[in-house]
Amino acid sequence: MTHLANRRSSFVPYQRHESGTQPESLYEPYRSTLRRAPSKPLIFLPHTLSEVTGPVYGHGNIAETDNDLTAQHQGEPLGERIIVTGKVLDSNGRPVPQTLIEVWQANSAGRYAHLKDQHPAPLDRNFTGAGRTLTDEHGAYRFITIKPGAYPWLNHDNAWRPAHIHFSVFGRAFISRLVTQMYFPGDPLLAFDPVYQSVPDEKARQRMISKFDLETTQPHWALGFKFDIVLRGPDATLFESI
Amino acid sequence: MRMVPTPSQTVGPFFAFGLTQGKACSPCIAGPDAKGERLRLLCCVLDGDGVPIPDAMIEIWQADADGKYHHPDDPKSASANPACLGFGRMGTAEDGTCRFETIKPGRVPGPDGMLQAPHLNLALFARGLLKQLYTRVYFANDPANQEDPILVLVPKERRSTLIAQLENGGRWRFEINLQGERETVFFDV
Repeated sequence: MTHLANRRSSFVPYQRHESGTQPESLYEPYRSTLRRAPSKPLIFLPHTLSEVTGPVYGHGNIAETDNDLTAQHQGEPLGERIIVTGKVLDSNGRPVPQTLIEVWQANSAGRYAHLKDQHPAPLDRNFTGAGRTLTDEHGAYRFITIKPGAYPWLNHDNAWRPAHIHFSVFGRAFISRLVTQMYFPGDPLLAFDPVYQSVPDEKARQRMISKFDLETTQPHWALGFKFDIVLRGPDATLFESI
Repeated sequence: MRMVPTPSQTVGPFFAFGLTQGKACSPCIAGPDAKGERLRLLCCVLDGDGVPIPDAMIEIWQADADGKYHHPDDPKSASANPACLGFGRMGTAEDGTCRFETIKPGRVPGPDGMLQAPHLNLALFARGLLKQLYTRVYFANDPANQEDPILVLVPKERRSTLIAQLENGGRWRFEINLQGERETVFFDV
């Protein structure tokens, strides 16, 4: 072997997802997957440094109002003010500190600040609906925003997306990267939503539903919701042995 | 204790104002002062009908010219080139394309102490993708491709889908086909 690496790398491979806990790429009830899901089997990739490393962010990337979506314009947005807070953990239960979280959402009327959104609901000039923050040393984060509205889409007859906030999280590795959606407890639209229903495992699916939290709720000001996010972590059995 | 990870959900069609506009987004993976051979890369994303996808997002993660990742888990990260942070993100335009500027990465360690051929790690997000797809960008005519420990895991007839081609004018082109005869190889990570 002419190209031996200088030293063996000491990283630990990441856990693989258990069957049913993530959506498959093809899920027919969600029509857009039909021409976009790969049709050939994925190739198993052993983890190397390329997979277990990933971008590192610092506080320089975050501005003061980035985690307060109600304070980014001259006036206050319309809608029900909410606090969304929680922790980012890895699948070993360890907090993921200093990791970038990005969120984006529709306004309280169910309309996105996006040129292609044609839903005939009003835009709100005091609401863009995008935010970002870093988790603290305990993996905790906090956003202030307004509750997004449900909105119709063209997937099937009389299709409505349940109210949701999009979350993008990095974690420590390029393969711990997660884009997901946070839903609200008790939403009757969840039962009819193919995006939410694309996850076969009931317990895993419920991870995406936030919990109303009276402790987070601030009197005379805003309702509080808890949303913990669990990312893939290093394989714990190997982790303990080194 | 093992916790079940939060499931992935699609980015949907309206992510641009959250993910690919302003400071959230950068075509520049390695700054102008980064050491190494500079390169320009055009990526093009096509669906199962060969139609360009205008609402996709590409993220790229790569090592510096010496094959070091700017990350604490790389044992050599202390000497990684600070001008090459190694990450870029772009949304695709109406024609399904997006462009990156970077340097050619060096070789990083792979399984069993073998070195890997220079490659970019690519994650693709889009409406209709319930979870991101992972692929790799290798560079045509690099002799190291012959002995890359990951490329050998891919059936021979499909390997070319992972290899960017140098176009006239010196720009690299990498086409991502989600389905069809030239379907790009995606990895189970």
